[in-house]
Amino acid sequence: MSAPALIARGVDKRFGSLVVAKDIEITLPQGVRYALIGPNGAGKTTLINLMTGMLRPDAGGIFLGDEEITRLEPDARVKRGLVRTFQINTLFARLNALESVALAVCERRGIAGQWWKPLPAYRDAVDEAYDILASLMLANDCYRMTRELAYGQQRLLEIALALATKPKVLLLDEPAAGVPRDESTELFSAIANLSQDITVLFIEHDMNLVFRFASRIIVMVGGHILVEGTPQEISADPRVREVYLGGVHHG
Amino acid sequence: MTAASATPTAPHVYLEAQTRWRVFEIVFWLATLVPLVVFPSYLVLASQIAITALFALSLDLILGYAGIVSLGHAAFFGFGAYTAGLIAKAGWGEPLSGLVIAAIASGLLGYLASFIISRFRHLALIMITLGLGLLLAEAANSASWLTGGADGLQGIKMWRLLGYFTFDLYGYAAYTYSLVTLFLVFLVARRLIQSPFGLSLRGIRENAVRMPAIGAPSRAHIRKIYTISAAMAGIAGALLAQTTETVSLEALGFPRSADVLVILILGGAGHLYGGLIGAIIYMIARDQLSGLNPQYWYFWIGLLLIAVVTFLPNGILGGLAQLASRWRGAS
Repeated sequence: MSAPALIARGVDKRFGSLVVAKDIEITLPQGVRYALIGPNGAGKTTLINLMTGMLRPDAGGIFLGDEEITRLEPDARVKRGLVRTFQINTLFARLNALESVALAVCERRGIAGQWWKPLPAYRDAVDEAYDILASLMLANDCYRMTRELAYGQQRLLEIALALATKPKVLLLDEPAAGVPRDESTELFSAIANLSQDITVLFIEHDMNLVFRFASRIIVMVGGHILVEGTPQEISADPRVREVYLGGVHHG
Repeated sequence: MTAASATPTAPHVYLEAQTRWRVFEIVFWLATLVPLVVFPSYLVLASQIAITALFALSLDLILGYAGIVSLGHAAFFGFGAYTAGLIAKAGWGEPLSGLVIAAIASGLLGYLASFIISRFRHLALIMITLGLGLLLAEAANSASWLTGGADGLQGIKMWRLLGYFTFDLYGYAAYTYSLVTLFLVFLVARRLIQSPFGLSLRGIRENAVRMPAIGAPSRAHIRKIYTISAAMAGIAGALLAQTTETVSLEALGFPRSADVLVILILGGAGHLYGGLIGAIIYMIARDQLSGLNPQYWYFWIGLLLIAVVTFLPNGILGGLAQLASRWRGAS
């Protein structure tokens, strides 16, 4: 097995008396498709915030490959290949799709501070942005303002922005949130078709999608990891069944 | 429909088309030459308008493009004005080098301020920029040995522009000098907003949360544009000092910061020409209205402002752009 792509070691986080992450241990091998599941309020999004640097852990460490990144700023983590998307569309409303993705490409290529040449002079960067949009079936609408795109297209643009950074590890926070069932399968097929060099962790509530697209599953409850295993192991685990069927948390 | 989607415009062709000079732009810049021929008695006013337009353009880069609000931008205008004035008073009255030195001085001040500015947004930023502006204005007031305090900086004597043109009462040299400077700085600003850096600024304006998540060092971008904007404001201030051969505390004061904000919002922030159009309307309105009634002209400015933000929330240029796209969509 190849070296792990992302490791969380003993990560703790509390807001006052509320424990949102307790002794989190995660090791993502390179190229896997991991699902992160759990009831609402289990701390799934918080965990993504902790790993990407949007929150600082109280204790523990985050490692990307061999490098400790616990104290790095979010943008520095992205530069090293740890990238996320957002559960609620977090896009550039008055940029069109091409500009949005070109922006991310320019940042990655280190030309985003360049202010003397016009953007189209960087034809490679612009073409790369266009190709990313085309691979997600957004090419025909790439000159439309982001806020005018259909909701499902905006979800795809979320992923396009992340891909433009050339991630090594991609953390997808409910990529299909709010997308109708038939379209969400399409969206997950696009994720499944991503390069095997990219390690993917996604949060998802739809168990059909989870069992179809994840090679391994992490179950979180109340800020800690309940169990981690293959889809078969998870579906057979009585503790997981209790969490989901016992109805303690469900609302 | 299918033909259009089968052969969409290539992305770099589309983006190049966005950067092309429009007809209205050419008309606008040709029109700026009109006062030289038609209204020679208004050249002093025209020069003031060009200077104010340049100041508003500098604010547009940070407010209109990067979404960084400021209520203290006169600090950089005034700092440039005093720098240019003091150099001339000290015996170096050459205008062009004075302009460059003032730009560097204001840019440096902007760079220092940007370390605080880049950490805040919205309401906090209004308070901080307001505070910085007030600090500098009071400092200039109390350092009357240097600035002349409330009497203003007297005794500035400018040399001839390029060794030939004098800044006289008629304002030919003043307007030409201000206009050419405005145009050159405008070219820089226009290029900047079409560059990858300009795109990053719009990214910050549109979604400051997303920027770090695509690997963008937003604070570094903000520090950079703030420095550039401050230098441009300093050039505007220096122009005022040089063409009027005096600097008063008004150059630094809060009313000037508020005026330039009003001008930009009136014209339309984030359109590059908004500050220019706003400056023309505001300065001419002030000239005419204060001629009618010198005490109450702010009443009409207030009315104009309320009318504009009510009916044209994106300013005059924003409204015109909307009209143009509707007309293009209909035809």
